[in-house]
Amino acid sequence: MIVDYLKVFLVGGIICLIGQVLINTTKMTSARILVGFLLTGVLLETVGVYKYIREWGQAGATVPIMGFGSNLAKGAIKGTIENGLLGAITGGIEAVAGGIAGVIFISFIVGLISSSKTK
Amino acid sequence: MNEPNKEYLELVKKKMPKSHHLKTMFRAFWVGGLICCIGQGFNDLYTHFLGSKMPEEDISTLVTLTLITITVCLTGLGIYDKIGAYAGAGSIVPITGFANSVASPAIEHKREGVVLGLCSNMFSVAGPVIVFGITSSIVVGIIVLIFKGAFV
Repeated sequence: MIVDYLKVFLVGGIICLIGQVLINTTKMTSARILVGFLLTGVLLETVGVYKYIREWGQAGATVPIMGFGSNLAKGAIKGTIENGLLGAITGGIEAVAGGIAGVIFISFIVGLISSSKTK
Repeated sequence: MNEPNKEYLELVKKKMPKSHHLKTMFRAFWVGGLICCIGQGFNDLYTHFLGSKMPEEDISTLVTLTLITITVCLTGLGIYDKIGAYAGAGSIVPITGFANSVASPAIEHKREGVVLGLCSNMFSVAGPVIVFGITSSIVVGIIVLIFKGAFV
């Protein structure tokens, strides 16, 4: 149990640490960081490496945005095998539909409620 | 345009303490790790109560939704920005950073109106992520379609 959480902590922490090194050395903005990690996740899932990271690190691999990318690729692969070309187009977004719909809905509601602070 | 002096920039680079890197890296490491552990905690909780009724993937979606909800609420209260200032990439790289990147500009631009302020600024950071995400997933799908044998 504790060992599992240590693994999660280690994997998630290292992924974030790599992000911080990128920020420190290249001054990348957060949008570029997010896109970069997302595409890395897509790539690693496609070549079949990410599932080993996920097996070992569990949430440490699924919570970072790389997990989002790996879900996209996983959905696309599954969709293509089941439904051909149509599955290739819908599979990826189907797999992450919950996350995207959720973030839009909740942000909209919270945005309406909260007052914008002057910065 | 005032180009910053090259010598000056080098001086700044030299004067910037090395420990700055180590400190930010350490902060990103432990905060990022902690956020993932929180995700694992929710995952274990949901698996314990719903594991018999739900496939693993649905539970993982539920965990994502939980983390997103918490983050957006914290962003609305102005707390997540403080975490971000401390943790750097530790708060950007997890899915919570994605949620924050949707909610934060939405709230910030709300005074420009609901449609043109709140809604259109929601995707100022998340837009590229969604565009690249969907495009790359379709590319992957087409690659799989061509080399189907290798993935089955």
